[in-house]
Amino acid sequence: MALLRSRRKPGLLASFIHVDAAADAIRALRARGIRDLVVYSAAPNHEIEEALDHRVSPVRLFTLIGGLTGCAAGFGMTLWMSHDWPVVVGGKPIGSIPPYVVIAFELTILLGALSTVAAVAVFSILMGKRGAAYDPRFSDDMIGIFVPAGPDQARQLEQMLRNAGAAEVRHEAA
Amino acid sequence: MATAAPPVTHDGHVITQTHADVTRDVAGTLAPASRGYVLLLLGAVSLFLIGALTFLVLIKDGLGHAGYQPPIFWSVYITTFVFWVGIGHAGTLISAILFLFRSPWRTAVYRSTEAMTVFAVMTAGLFPIIHIGRQWIFYWLLPYPNSRYLWPNFKSPLLWDVFAIGTYLTVSTTFLVFGLIPDVAAVRDQSSGWRRKIYQLVSVGWRGTDNQWRHYSRAYLYLAALATPLVLSVHSVVSWDFAMGIVPGWHGTIFAPYFVAGAIYSGIGMVLTLIIPLRRALRIEHMIGDYHFDNLGKLTLLTGSILFYAYGCEYFVAWYSGNIFEQTTFFRRAFGSYWWAGWTMIICNAFVSQLLWFRKIRTNLTSLFVISIFINIGMWFERFVIIVSSLSNDYIPWAWDQLTPTWADWGILAGSFGWFGMWFLLFAKNFPIVAIQEIKEMIPMPRKRGGHH
Repeated sequence: MALLRSRRKPGLLASFIHVDAAADAIRALRARGIRDLVVYSAAPNHEIEEALDHRVSPVRLFTLIGGLTGCAAGFGMTLWMSHDWPVVVGGKPIGSIPPYVVIAFELTILLGALSTVAAVAVFSILMGKRGAAYDPRFSDDMIGIFVPAGPDQARQLEQMLRNAGAAEVRHEAA
Repeated sequence: MATAAPPVTHDGHVITQTHADVTRDVAGTLAPASRGYVLLLLGAVSLFLIGALTFLVLIKDGLGHAGYQPPIFWSVYITTFVFWVGIGHAGTLISAILFLFRSPWRTAVYRSTEAMTVFAVMTAGLFPIIHIGRQWIFYWLLPYPNSRYLWPNFKSPLLWDVFAIGTYLTVSTTFLVFGLIPDVAAVRDQSSGWRRKIYQLVSVGWRGTDNQWRHYSRAYLYLAALATPLVLSVHSVVSWDFAMGIVPGWHGTIFAPYFVAGAIYSGIGMVLTLIIPLRRALRIEHMIGDYHFDNLGKLTLLTGSILFYAYGCEYFVAWYSGNIFEQTTFFRRAFGSYWWAGWTMIICNAFVSQLLWFRKIRTNLTSLFVISIFINIGMWFERFVIIVSSLSNDYIPWAWDQLTPTWADWGILAGSFGWFGMWFLLFAKNFPIVAIQEIKEMIPMPRKRGGHH
């Protein structure tokens, strides 16, 4: 964990009780061209998602790649191992596809699932914005927005967040 | 003017909690353990120790203690293996399949069923190892380069089973742990001391950022999509351990769907046995109520009715096939030396489940709990009947024999319940047993402009 921890960024940490107020604030910030804000919520919320307008997560590509790799590995392993030491079992061909479908299916699911989880870990670290301030109430019943900002912009942004309906705005020093 | 969102309703079930209530109520389940809990845990650990001691004797002396005798070399251990794999099916059904169907009632119960799945499969996984006799070479089942240049026989259903159970254990554990991350983070923010340190470690830096949710929500959907065919396949593969053999009573094409329905039926039975007392012990009666039990009851009725049909179908096919071996096996299941096991299975599974047509029974927790015990017993006996009674009278009448389970069989069986119960109890008291994040997702947040979005 210590490796992933980075220096705190200066900025504003706003807390919202109302979801539509948080969505208004996100839209207002984005309208000003601020893209590197961090939004915290206890559960995914479609109103927030719409306001943020993110692209679909790329984890699906990793699910697909993992699944296809598993499938290929399943057939590849069983066929290669059968031919590596050929033993006739039950009068079947050395490499019998139908029984190997089971192994290939299981490995498709296994590698598909594991690569999906690995992709989430990788993207959360790579695409995550480091050093943003946090408040434990964001995992309870409040929505949080962290806006990185220097002292010159802080006053103006605080006013904007309060106008949108922030219940509290904290100034975070570096 | 700021307004709280009106209470949310799903099929007449009203959720009156706020987001803060959900965190508080679930974090409350992690409070210091009561005396009753400690006694239950001690009971489970004692049972587990009985099993562990029995296992030590089996390692020292061999499987001779276990009552294996010709022609029955698959008995209580394989029966119990299939029983626990079956138990493990309800969890993934409820957490993955009902997630894809967007069933709102799954939310309150899925975490406990998912934990049950993982611990049941963990229990099941011990049995093939116990059963093989020379446990120290169990890794011969895995395809690894060895000095004899041999590879396992991939045409054998027993090896399919190794891959199926291994995948199922890995994927269901991943699904459980992955689903736990945001909830553990919520509990982390409410806790202090050593618990906080553990939760910090388990929540792997989760803060619920927009970036984390973006990847997490997508990944959860794909995991559910992958787990759905997996749950249907695992017990099909287990059923092929039997159906691929030509033993009368095993060689049926109906086996895969029959086993899957039975697995889900037994799993829901165990879910009911566990959560009916648990909701009271953890004081979460307001989170898991009539609405959830009614739906669990309907699912039990559906799968129990499929079993009823499968039992009927098996008997019909045995008669209609004109095959004397098949007919004898099924005649003996009802009227032979194992008649008591055969009828226990039919009464507990096919008939008792039909009581759930009545809503009053589905929502009466005492009757539901009693029915769940019948289901557990019935489903263990179903596997006993399929395995032992089929093997005891196969083709050659002079070789027919009966199995008498020994102390080593009962010791390991008791130990498996202890092992499972121990993990489940430890989990229930140390991790959120109700999914905080998903319940919050169902409850609309307050809006300054009022109403729903």
